[in-house]
Amino acid sequence: MLADNSMILGQRLGEWCGHGPILEQDIALTNIALDIIGEARNYYAYLAEIEGKKEDDYPMLRKERAFRNVLLVETPNGNWGDTMMRQFMFDCWHYFHLEAMTKSNDERLASIAKKSIKEASYHLSFSSEWVIRLGNGTPESHEKMRNAVEHLLPYFEEFFMAADFEVYSQQKGISPDLHMVKNKAMAKFSDVLDEATLAYPQNVFAKKGGKSGIHSEHLGFILTEMQYLQRAYPGVTW
Amino acid sequence: MKDWPLYEVFIRSKNGLNHKHVGSLHAADPQMAIQNARDVYTRRNEGVSIWVVEANHITSSNPDDAEALYDPAMDKIYRHPTFYELPDALKHM
Repeated sequence: MLADNSMILGQRLGEWCGHGPILEQDIALTNIALDIIGEARNYYAYLAEIEGKKEDDYPMLRKERAFRNVLLVETPNGNWGDTMMRQFMFDCWHYFHLEAMTKSNDERLASIAKKSIKEASYHLSFSSEWVIRLGNGTPESHEKMRNAVEHLLPYFEEFFMAADFEVYSQQKGISPDLHMVKNKAMAKFSDVLDEATLAYPQNVFAKKGGKSGIHSEHLGFILTEMQYLQRAYPGVTW
Repeated sequence: MKDWPLYEVFIRSKNGLNHKHVGSLHAADPQMAIQNARDVYTRRNEGVSIWVVEANHITSSNPDDAEALYDPAMDKIYRHPTFYELPDALKHM
């Protein structure tokens, strides 16, 4: 799940390449994409060692129902504000989850977390700054951000709804108590929303299913692009 | 984004060295300029410290004045500290 979250979001961010509003942001987003794809690679490589497969088998050869990413990372890029809001939600979960993972009983996962948290710390500050500037910007940007919060907030909760495998790994001390992660993430989330003068919508219906392999139709399109090369030319290398 | 000011970026590659000019970029404000500079100019481990200065705060000399400003220094070699002869004992100073 950890790998799939980063991999699919990395793929979505890669779609911005060449389309950023201004050169520096194009580079910033693709840098973030590279960071999290790198993190995903670390997890896939670890899995490959355990299961005796190849690292690329996981992102490139599994079908939709085998992926365990949350629904948020599949949502379309939308406009710059939508992408920043999605990134900010991801980063709130990502940073505090990684922080807890640095103390995991699994040494390999802890060391991946120690490396990735430096990147996640920057991502969180980057997306927070953008949410604040766009929310507390012009009436037009505020309106777009308001829409972004409303249509993306239903996807935020899924991060903190423990799947069976998360309950299991928490009992083993491998992964953290999601309530604790949620408290920290929500504190950061509301602080930034306040500073961005964005209202927190009430009565939000939490969407879920990603962690059990039930995905939105978007994932099919994302995987088609991502996996095309490996499926059309099996075993091809650079 | 047409009214985002231009910032000149200076990067210090290692502690102890001076900041060098590496380029420029547009940003909405100084904090964003630092983040953009970090993303654009430190991708390949180029530095440990970033300075950004709004381009309009930099005053530069006029290239047309180059002759008057710089040529006179060319033939004043007595200003260089190269005429001291060091005793052998100090050769490794």
